[in-house]
Amino acid sequence: MSTPMVLAEGVHKRFGRNEVLRGIDLEVAPGEVMCLLGPSGSGKSTFLRCINHLEKINRGRLSVDGELVGYRQEGERLHELRESEVARKRAEIGMVFQHFNLFGHMTALENTTCAPIRVKGVPREQARGRAVELLGRVGLSDKLDAYPAQLSGGQKQRVAIARALAMEPKLMLFDEPTSALDPELVGDVLDAMKQLARDGMTMVVVTHEMGFAKEVADTVVFMDGGLVVESGPPEQVIADPRHERTRSFLSKVL
Amino acid sequence: MPSLEVTDEEGRPAEIRAVPVRHPGRWVAAAIVVVLAAAGIRSVVTNPRFEWSVFGHYMFDERVLEGLRVTLELTVIAMVIGVALGIVLASMRLSPNPLVSGSSWLYIWFFRGTPVLVQLIFWYNIAALYPKIGLGIPFGPSFVHPDANTLIKPFTAAILGLGLNEGAYMAEIVRAGIISVDEGQSDAAQALGMTRLQTMRRVVLPQAMRVIIPPTGNETISMLKTTSLVSVIAVADLLYAVTNIASTNFKLIPLLIVASTWYLLCTSILYVGQYYLERYYGRGSSRGEDARLWERMRALASPHGGR
Repeated sequence: MSTPMVLAEGVHKRFGRNEVLRGIDLEVAPGEVMCLLGPSGSGKSTFLRCINHLEKINRGRLSVDGELVGYRQEGERLHELRESEVARKRAEIGMVFQHFNLFGHMTALENTTCAPIRVKGVPREQARGRAVELLGRVGLSDKLDAYPAQLSGGQKQRVAIARALAMEPKLMLFDEPTSALDPELVGDVLDAMKQLARDGMTMVVVTHEMGFAKEVADTVVFMDGGLVVESGPPEQVIADPRHERTRSFLSKVL
Repeated sequence: MPSLEVTDEEGRPAEIRAVPVRHPGRWVAAAIVVVLAAAGIRSVVTNPRFEWSVFGHYMFDERVLEGLRVTLELTVIAMVIGVALGIVLASMRLSPNPLVSGSSWLYIWFFRGTPVLVQLIFWYNIAALYPKIGLGIPFGPSFVHPDANTLIKPFTAAILGLGLNEGAYMAEIVRAGIISVDEGQSDAAQALGMTRLQTMRRVVLPQAMRVIIPPTGNETISMLKTTSLVSVIAVADLLYAVTNIASTNFKLIPLLIVASTWYLLCTSILYVGQYYLERYYGRGSSRGEDARLWERMRALASPHGGR
């Protein structure tokens, strides 16, 4: 059996006295697409942020591609990783945010080339070529020199996807990528994500798009109150949920 | 007078050509302003005590120009020190280490809380406090220990006084700029694998500049004028030069006008510089700050006003 891309064992996360994650056990295989569903405040986004160490976990183990996130184990002790080591690991994980978080002072092209040049040391011309190709793939060939403020929400999110892909990640995290979009712009972003899934990218997607989850996900996970309520293939979790909590949530969103 | 048509040929509501509201009050106000301005100008031109010939004579006097050079030099050096120190102090203030952020707070508290004139006189008289300034290991031996009076000349004292004071103000301006940048920007930069330093330099600071530049321009203009304080510690700046000349020929008023004219000229140039800097760092922002200066003025002067 191959190493799981993401492995979570009993992951806990507290903000002060507020316990947001209360013991998450999950496994994402390479090439798998996992959708996290659940009401707001259930800890989906926090869990996603823990995977690339934007949040530190308080208890449990979380590893990506067989390596612990944020720590190094020597014998019986955990050592915190240095900032540069954390950064290097983050560079291998792409992340797309609900509010895009495009760099406002850079054009679409600069947004996409910035990290490869500064972080990976890719030569400028090569980074540019790759960025042009990626932006073309998400249908934005005519927007290379546009600043984020000149783009629609859907275009911004597709730039954000291209920006993440430019780092050639082995895992992509999507944090409610379509929740801030006008309904008619959602389709373009979902299409870009479907294409990515078809290309074999490992993806963890926090979403409220049931259609997307049904069509693309290999596994659907329903979370509530910082716990995994149930998980399984979409035809089971979405079409025939076992738990009452899942059923009542789905009846409200479907 | 063409008739104002309410409907067009097809009887549909026509393009609006309404009779504008009259503003007689504006005309009265304008007339009052014009009369007052004319009276003011007349008094300035005809009052012989302004001694415009003296003004013309000293405007480009060598001593005045030398004083202007010192003033500009002081402004530039003090602002460079102030901005550099401000960035360091602001980063310290945002540090998670309480000792580091606390010491930054203490610095800002002290330098903002005492008059800059007092600080200038203090630095000028530092030799009274520390006759020798040693460079070496703290509590250990010192390697060089020059005389404070030879090390800190009036010009150095002026630079120290103005620069260190400015650092405290700039720190708050830079900090305000940094915290104005959305946290999502750092999240995104870090998720891409940038270190904290890269995030600051490539992502946060360039966007903070939009907020930092306008008050910094303000500070620079303020600094240009604050440098006039150094005349009390015998630095030969613009004000010192003109009062010095006046002490020999007793033409203080025209000479003060010479100094004021130079100060005004320099601040005007700074206005233009600030405008272009703001435009550069405003790129990518959604507000229409791209409109050319002239176009904006024209829009303002047009009868419909600048929106």
